[in-house]
Amino acid sequence: MTLDQDRIAQLLGALPPAPEAWVRAAQELPRARQELDEIVARAEADARFRAALIADLESALATEGYVADERTLERLRTRFSA
Amino acid sequence: MAQVTLASLSDAQLVARCRDGDGDAWNELVSRFSRYVYGIAMQAFRLPEQDAEDVFQECFSRVYEHLDKLRDDAALRPWIAQLTRRLCIDRLRGGREQPTEPDALPLGVDDALEQLDEAMTVHDALATLSDDCREILDRFFAQDQSYRAIGEELDLPAGTIASRISRCLNKLRAELEGKNLGGSTV
Repeated sequence: MTLDQDRIAQLLGALPPAPEAWVRAAQELPRARQELDEIVARAEADARFRAALIADLESALATEGYVADERTLERLRTRFSA
Repeated sequence: MAQVTLASLSDAQLVARCRDGDGDAWNELVSRFSRYVYGIAMQAFRLPEQDAEDVFQECFSRVYEHLDKLRDDAALRPWIAQLTRRLCIDRLRGGREQPTEPDALPLGVDDALEQLDEAMTVHDALATLSDDCREILDRFFAQDQSYRAIGEELDLPAGTIASRISRCLNKLRAELEGKNLGGSTV
């Protein structure tokens, strides 16, 4: 199919970049997923850590040195809601 | 492997590398389809930004989780389009119990999806041009930068920008010759 330059220009303009922060967050998914799996596995093996997560999720994670993003926190809240 | 090399991989090759746990390949996959997913959510479905961001992240999350289940690796684009479309429709339901009927979608969604699919084909062709051409065309048309801003960013005399854009558009047009635009289904 032949396109004239105006149409090509229009189509180029139809795909502006997504916000960089969105792209970075999506690129971080494998790392975030790995961290989530690690926290869940640890909570299943360690009753005290699990109780701490249920009592105060964010504090318990911070105490153990985890820096979880909002999406990971949401998944953990769902999993460890009291 | 460097990003430049990954950018030249086909979708199927990229999927194969992602399945092998190649983090750089995943970064390239997200980068390659980020504009498409963003465009479907923001332009076609006109979701509010917060909803569009949730759809964007959920889409790539599902792609990551279900990459193993993709039957035809070359069909990555239509799969992502379908996934994004479904997530947008779920958002539009807004928690209502009744599912949204296809004819209840916002006017113009189908036309917008078709245009975005064509735009992706043009964008794919853009990736085959030189870095200089890719950069200047993307900055001018997709990022809406002025001649002056492009000149400053790329260290080019502003007076040469228009002719470079024209030359690069010609190259892109030549690259697109023979391609079947709109051949993919959203």
